Parts: sequence; C-alpha cells; structure tokens
Amino acid sequence: MINRWEVNETNKMIEQENLDVRTITIGISLLDCIDSDLKKLNENIYNKITTVAKDLVSVGTTIENEFGIPIVNKRISVTPIALVGGAACKTSEDFATIADTLDAAAKAVGVNLIGGYSALVSKGMTKADELLIRSIPMALCRTERVCSSVNLASTKTGINMDGVRLMGEILLELAELSKDRDSVDCMKLVVFCNAPDDNPFMAGAFHGVTEADAIINVGVSGPGVVKTALEQVRGESFEVLCETIKKTAFKVTRVGQLVAQEASRLLGIPFGIIDLSLAPTPAIGDSVADCLCEIGLEFAGAPGTTAALALLNDQVKKGGVMASSYVGGLSGAFIPVSEDQGMINAVEAGAITLEKLEAMTCVCSVGLDMIAIPGDTKATTISGIIADEMALGMVNQKTTAARLIPVIGKGVGDTVEFGGLFGYAPIMPVNQYSCADFVNRKGRIPAPIHSFKN
Amino acid sequence: MEKRADKTIITVVGKDTVGIIAKVCTYLSENEINVLDISQTIVQDFFNMMMIADFKKATKSFDQVSKDLEQLGDEIGVNIKCQKEEIFNKMHRI
Repeated sequence: MINRWEVNETNKMIEQENLDVRTITIGISLLDCIDSDLKKLNENIYNKITTVAKDLVSVGTTIENEFGIPIVNKRISVTPIALVGGAACKTSEDFATIADTLDAAAKAVGVNLIGGYSALVSKGMTKADELLIRSIPMALCRTERVCSSVNLASTKTGINMDGVRLMGEILLELAELSKDRDSVDCMKLVVFCNAPDDNPFMAGAFHGVTEADAIINVGVSGPGVVKTALEQVRGESFEVLCETIKKTAFKVTRVGQLVAQEASRLLGIPFGIIDLSLAPTPAIGDSVADCLCEIGLEFAGAPGTTAALALLNDQVKKGGVMASSYVGGLSGAFIPVSEDQGMINAVEAGAITLEKLEAMTCVCSVGLDMIAIPGDTKATTISGIIADEMALGMVNQKTTAARLIPVIGKGVGDTVEFGGLFGYAPIMPVNQYSCADFVNRKGRIPAPIHSFKN
Repeated sequence: MEKRADKTIITVVGKDTVGIIAKVCTYLSENEINVLDISQTIVQDFFNMMMIADFKKATKSFDQVSKDLEQLGDEIGVNIKCQKEEIFNKMHRI
C-alpha cells in the first residue's frame, strides 16, 4: 500500500517543484472535411473540430481535480492545412479564411492554441503549399490562437532550399506585420527538419497523415523536479547522476501516462503517445538551464554544456521510455531561450551565443527555439541560420527546428516581452557576414549518403 | 467510472490543533466514506496525516467532497487535499 512518504514526495513535486502535465493535445484529422467549395470546407472543419474536441477542456479539468495535478494546456492539432485546403483555395486569402475558422473553433472549445496551419515541403512545394506559406503572415497576424509550421527538410529527402529561402522572407514579413507588438506573432511559426506526426507541443504540432482520425497525445514536463533531485547528488559520480535523472524522469512520465489514459478513456479517443520532453517555463526553478548548472556548469553555455545536455537528454529518455507504453513526438529536453529563466540569465551574462545553442541542438530535442534576433537581420541571413539547423537534423537523423523572432525596431541590448508561459528574451547578436550567394542558389540539397538504407 | 477503484488519498498538513482527525472523520462518516487506513505524525507542532478512504458508497461526488474538505481545512487552519489513489500507484509502483 502507498505510504505517507510516497504521497508527500508526489505532492512536494507538484506543489514546490512545478510538476505538471504540460499539454493534452487532441490530434484531429481533417482529411474527411475536404471539399472544393471553400465555404463548405470551412463549415466542415469548424463542425469536426467543435464536435471531436468539445469535451477536451472539461475532461482536462476533471483529471486535474481528481489527481491534484495541474494540466497547463489543452490544445488541438489538425492535418496540415496545405493538404486540406488544396482543392478549395485558389489564393493565399482563401487559405487565411481557414486560419480564421481554426481560430474560431479553438475559441469555441476553449483551447489556447491550435496547430496545423502547416505545409510539408521537405522535397518540393505544390501550388497549394506555396499559397499557404505565403498566407502565413496575414493568417497569423489576424488570428489569435492559430500556430503554423513548415517542414523544410528530412533525412530522406534532403533540404528544400527554395523553401528555406522563402521562409526567411516570410518570417521577416510576419515580423513586420506585427511590429507594433514587438513582432510577437513570429513565436507562432516554426520550421522543421524531420517533423514528427504526433508532436503535442506548440507551435509545431500538427496531426500527420499517418495518424488515426483522432488521437490523444500528452506532453509532460518537470525540469524543476529533475533539478531538485540533482541537488541531492552534488559531487557524486556520473553513474549516480544518471541514475537519479532516470528515476526522476520515470516518475514524471508515469504521471503523463496516467493523465493520457484517463483523458483517452473519458473522451473516448485513442491514446497516441507521451512526449518525453523536459519543457521549461519562465517560473523560477522550472528551468532546463538550471538542471545543466546543477550538473556542474556555472552557466548554460559554458564549455561542457553540450556534453551535459547530451547526458541529461539521454537519461530523461531512458527513464521515460519504461514509464510509458508509447513514446513519440519530440521527446527530449527543450532549450528555448525566452521560456527558461536560467537560459535568459545565461544570455544576459554573455555565457551563451547563438552558435553554442546551435551546437546544443545536435544532442537534444528540437532546436533554436524562441530566440529573439535583431529586426534588421537580412532575410538571407535568417534563411542561412535555418539551413544550418536543417542540416543538423538531416545528417543526425533527428528532428530539429527553428523558431526565431526578428524583432522589428529593436537590436542587441534590447529585451522583448512575449507574456505568460512564453516569457521574455534579450535580443541575441547574429553573425554579420553574408550568406546571400549560398541561400540564393535554386533547388535543394540532396539527402545524405547514410539515408540510403534500403 | 464503474471500473475504477475508488480509493482516495486524503492528506492533511498544517499546524497541529485539537480535533483535526475528529472533524475530518466526522465529515467522512456523514457522507458514507469509509476510512481504510490512517497514518499520522507530528513533527515540531506540524501535523501530517495521510488517510486512505473508500468512496464507493459516498453520498456526494468526488468534486463536492474535495471542495468541502478544502473548506473544512480552511476552518481548522490546515491544508486538506483529496487525490485519487492512482497517481501515487503509477508514480511509485512498477
């Protein structure tokens, strides 16, 4: 039988160490909503989302109350809209009406974000893909809760450099459109290499075409719990360090598994995956950077950071895998800058640079995340940064991403406030040398030799 | 709901005072909630109790009991929390 110490340990994690379930995300296929009439298509989409996800928020609240565990976000991901809207949308404006519909549906069911305003163009762009990508700035600017992602590369297909070049321009256009609000709309847009079909985390969540009609994916969290556990093993060997992280990750993930199963049962929607990510928030103590410091670094970004992060990421997975029946999504430590107070401190101290963050993305999940850069950064430079990140993912056969925020009218030394869970970020310097001639070449970078496994 | 074991863990934490257990147990008995196990300790005037209760025949919903106990806790000056047993089993048992 459960004893008092175990109960106290769990409740201490929840009350003092920010243990929570970061998100319950329902993935909804919109393939059966396709119609060549735009009005009908929008109606179908609205009806499907508001039917499938109508109980999501109330079920989330029930689970929170029954187990005493906070569930921070309830969200929805949908089939990439470029696929759904291809038959009906003749212009970018047509696509943007679907964003309006998604926004309205999200508000109707009470979720805070809806992902899937997306295009998968890792090898080439269809006309619909391009129309959707060109509609992203207007779509994200006039909606509140819609998130967008574009898959630009994969290990199997190489990097679509035409897409990479276009996304540099689109990002700046989006930044310009929301410049009166510190270009904040850019945080709703992310580009990927090897984007997973079942990621529950925003802004990159979409419901892949390989998925069932509807599915529940859950993202757990817990950097604060890991950090507290690591405080008990200061100065101990790597073996002790790794075992401690594994045990903690196991416990954190089990809570996610329980929540996912309950949500699945109460909603009558199958359970998909648990995403084993250490996802930080700006709350003090809920920081991946602080975990790295606890492992033995003065600041995140110091020499040894990549190794420490590799260790942390791997042990979180090893502990988490056994705790869940299915894992997927991004599964790894997130290292966003603005959403992690320890990371912000490192930037402000000058301990970490964009290049070091790039190196860190080789060994953990995702990539250059929530990084504010000067608003006068050239589109080709942004494309160059994206191309580098895509290359890391392509060659290392992992997911990488870039979510950059060029803040129009601000430069290095300024700070930008995103609000709430998104935190704030000091603007980071970008390498000033040009890569325009590289980025302006047409076509794509071929897939690497080790992708030919057949 | 039928399949679920309805064991709930009730934790009471706060400054020790006369009659904490009595008040909690009176409330539970009034609502047909059976206490299966109690474990309690006092460290430096700090009261810490864990109770395993069976809600099978409870006359009120889990939500209502949870709210009532929270309010009762506020009256006595302690923190009372109700959580379904599964979260602890999942986390601490393989």
